[in-house]
Amino acid sequence: MTERTATVASRVGLHARPAAIFAEAAGEYENLEITIRSEGEDAEEGMDASSVLSLMSLGASHGDKVVLAAEGDGAEEALEHLAGIIETDLDAD
Amino acid sequence: MSENTELPTGSGPVVLHGVGVSPGRVIAPLVHMAPAVAEPPEGEPLTGDAEAAVDRLKSAALAVKAELTERAARARSESAAEVLKATALMAGDRALVKSAGKLVTGQRLSPERALWQAATAYADQMRAMGGYMAERAADIEDVRARIVAQLRGEDAPGVPQRREPFVLVAEDLAPADTAVLDPDVVLALVTESGGPQSHTAILARNLGLPAAVAVEGVLELDAGTAVFVDGAAGTVVASPGEREEAAVAAWRRASEQLAAFDGRGALADGTTVPLLANVGTGDDARAAAAAGAQGVGLLRTEFCFLNRDAEPTVAEQTEAYTEILTAFEGRKVVVRTLDAGADKPLPFLTDATEPNPALGVRGYRTDWTTPGVLARQLEAVAAAERSSGAEVWVMAPMIATVPEAVRFRELATAAGLRVCGVMVETPAAAVTAEQILERVHFVSLGTNDLTQYTMAADRMLGSLAELNSPWQPAVLRMVECVTRGAASAAQRQGAPKNVGVCGEAAADPALAVVLVGLGVDTLSMSARSLAAVAAVLARVDTAQARRLAALALDATSAREAKDAVRAQLPVLDELGL
Repeated sequence: MTERTATVASRVGLHARPAAIFAEAAGEYENLEITIRSEGEDAEEGMDASSVLSLMSLGASHGDKVVLAAEGDGAEEALEHLAGIIETDLDAD
Repeated sequence: MSENTELPTGSGPVVLHGVGVSPGRVIAPLVHMAPAVAEPPEGEPLTGDAEAAVDRLKSAALAVKAELTERAARARSESAAEVLKATALMAGDRALVKSAGKLVTGQRLSPERALWQAATAYADQMRAMGGYMAERAADIEDVRARIVAQLRGEDAPGVPQRREPFVLVAEDLAPADTAVLDPDVVLALVTESGGPQSHTAILARNLGLPAAVAVEGVLELDAGTAVFVDGAAGTVVASPGEREEAAVAAWRRASEQLAAFDGRGALADGTTVPLLANVGTGDDARAAAAAGAQGVGLLRTEFCFLNRDAEPTVAEQTEAYTEILTAFEGRKVVVRTLDAGADKPLPFLTDATEPNPALGVRGYRTDWTTPGVLARQLEAVAAAERSSGAEVWVMAPMIATVPEAVRFRELATAAGLRVCGVMVETPAAAVTAEQILERVHFVSLGTNDLTQYTMAADRMLGSLAELNSPWQPAVLRMVECVTRGAASAAQRQGAPKNVGVCGEAAADPALAVVLVGLGVDTLSMSARSLAAVAAVLARVDTAQARRLAALALDATSAREAKDAVRAQLPVLDELGL
């Protein structure tokens, strides 16, 4: 299992537009099951990262840390790319 | 009905009466707004194969996602497209389909019930989080209804999607229902409820669609019945005959005459009455400029703030306002500062739990509870004025006292804006107009709210449509009070004090004549109404307008005022208005 911690950079948190952009990006890795959870939670608490409803129920605000996890080929690159999205202020433009 | 006794079937025309809110005459089959989707009964069991049911669930969710995505592409505004795209994403959400699927295979629930339950769990979770997230709960419930309707093979709630033209019939229409209304297919709007200032009425006039509201009994007509709608008279005729067909043909001929406005609003004696447009988006502004509007009498700035959970920055606002102001370079644009509250709530400004939002912290009053937003908006408006070359007048909504008007002028002046005024929507501002106008440059009458507050009648209630008419003599007396106050203030200060009207009243050609007769200087309306108002104003002179205004003031009811004035304006009938 590969894991990567990222800090939410969007001012509004991981909601609304930022959540939609992230979920779409996570959904593009069709052969990987990517999960997301708040830092400090058990790995089993991880939720489907491509689900905008899961992201919204995570309730991550600006500055919160989240953990991305995935297993399999290309997991590392995928998580790197997705962590980059979380660490960008997606509501800025 | 006696005149129809020659019809052997007994199914002769049924005539229903309501309030006409947007002129035009059409005949088309009736389509009802799809009703709310009923909750599948608790524990509704699965019949048949679980795997097949899960597949049906998946394809229903994807079908809803595809439909919403396609509608987002066709949406008339960017904000409507954003809402639809966000909803589409929820409809196709893997976690939602997965948890519903588990309920089908694990608890052997019907796919309808399973989806309902899974979506409800998410909605409840969002609601418990409060604030902005709680508002998203309604979006999830909308998706829930759409997928269940898809599974059942029913129309999704809202405006049904059809290829053939139709007349849309509903209890009332909300802004969300109408975000993607296609005027090529929807030929007219008829509601059982709603008043002349309801969203239905405003939308219809913006789109140039004939519309009638408060039409009692219209919901009982069968879908598919051909109906004739007269949006000026407010009548609906089911199973229309030759007479109605002739009326439709006559309207087509008349509307050609009303197609264009030459950009010069004036009475028959040459007295100028500048005709301006109400706009709320960049598209509106360009359409209004193309329609010949002599300026903008009401720029609603809410478009910049809606569907946002935080205040837009000064730079973002400056860019948005500049886009609109540029369409009116060298012309006057009256910018109304943020009017949040009541029917336009904003999560970062207004309190959704107020028991009576129309009488609550709305309009200018949000500056008391959230200071700073207004000053930053004024800064952006001033910057947009400098970069666009338009002549900006700025005004505050929902003013009730002289000190509020003074404070607003101070804020506007500090931002570098030269011409500032206030809206007159409250009876308080109307009766103190003279004192207010000794301190600001102009006022603009928001007749929709002025009517609701003068008559103490909620503008959204169909049952109060008669009270909620700007033809009410009490409302017209408020207008007179303002124009007289303006004349005194102007005389005392030796400077003009412009009185405009930017409410829906200005778009009614007969009422426009009355307003001018009462001393109103400029009229602002949806761009679609400019030509009709100009055509009627061009046929009356100042003396006649004053005489008609006196006639309306002396009436004892809205209906009496309207009938008395219309009877003196044969041009209305001639043009089908």
